[in-house]
Amino acid sequence: MTVFEIAGRAMGAQIVRLNAIASNLANAGTQSADKATAYRALKPVFATSFDRARADRATVDVERMAVTTAEPTRRYEPGHPLADKDGYLWEAAVDPTEELVEMVETSRQYSNCVEVMQTAKTLMSQTLKLGR
Amino acid sequence: MPSPIERYFGVHASALELRQQRMTLIASNIANAATPNYKARDIDFSAALSRAQPGGPLATTAPGHIAAPATPGAGGLAYRVPLNPSVDGNTVELVTEQAAFGENAVKYQSTLAFLNGRIGQILSALKGE
Repeated sequence: MTVFEIAGRAMGAQIVRLNAIASNLANAGTQSADKATAYRALKPVFATSFDRARADRATVDVERMAVTTAEPTRRYEPGHPLADKDGYLWEAAVDPTEELVEMVETSRQYSNCVEVMQTAKTLMSQTLKLGR
Repeated sequence: MPSPIERYFGVHASALELRQQRMTLIASNIANAATPNYKARDIDFSAALSRAQPGGPLATTAPGHIAAPATPGAGGLAYRVPLNPSVDGNTVELVTEQAAFGENAVKYQSTLAFLNGRIGQILSALKGE
């Protein structure tokens, strides 16, 4: 595994995370008639992926996509068309603040990987010019 | 037995390779900055370099010689001790890794400069100018 593969796969994982955050933010505040169908925030689970040939190299992959353990909120809105007979409906289990914080972290980590790649590229091209 | 060319480049050839290895290792740490339970690792550069030398680490050949102290993690990889342990078991601290990565990149460049100097010397000797 080269530096480019390591950073590239990590960037891919961060993009998956960013997509999940976008879905979560887009669905924040969506309402549903029952608890089971209410939207729950998607959370990608990262796992280290070691190079099989070299123990000192590892990158990251999205192992699976989990859903948040937070429960949808029950809200009293009797006039709403989705409300049940008691006047309650369910609101998506998304914490917009948490998602925004995660978005910033994702973007920072993505740019770190870009920086790593750029440095590796510079060093490599300097090595190619060795002796000239 | 190293070839004359290898001897001429001396420590810099193996240093360049080790710098490249360390760069990949720190890139792995940075890539795993958000992975739960990932433990950041690094190599002891000077210990690794002395092992890569043709003579190896300092040998004790006479009874009066004092053995060089064994460095922790002299086998190669060692785990980094985090400044602030985190709840998810991840020990990557981006500031530390970024500093190590930058330091490593600069030292890689200085090794390249040394190699360039050696090559320049050979070339000027060949040309006889």
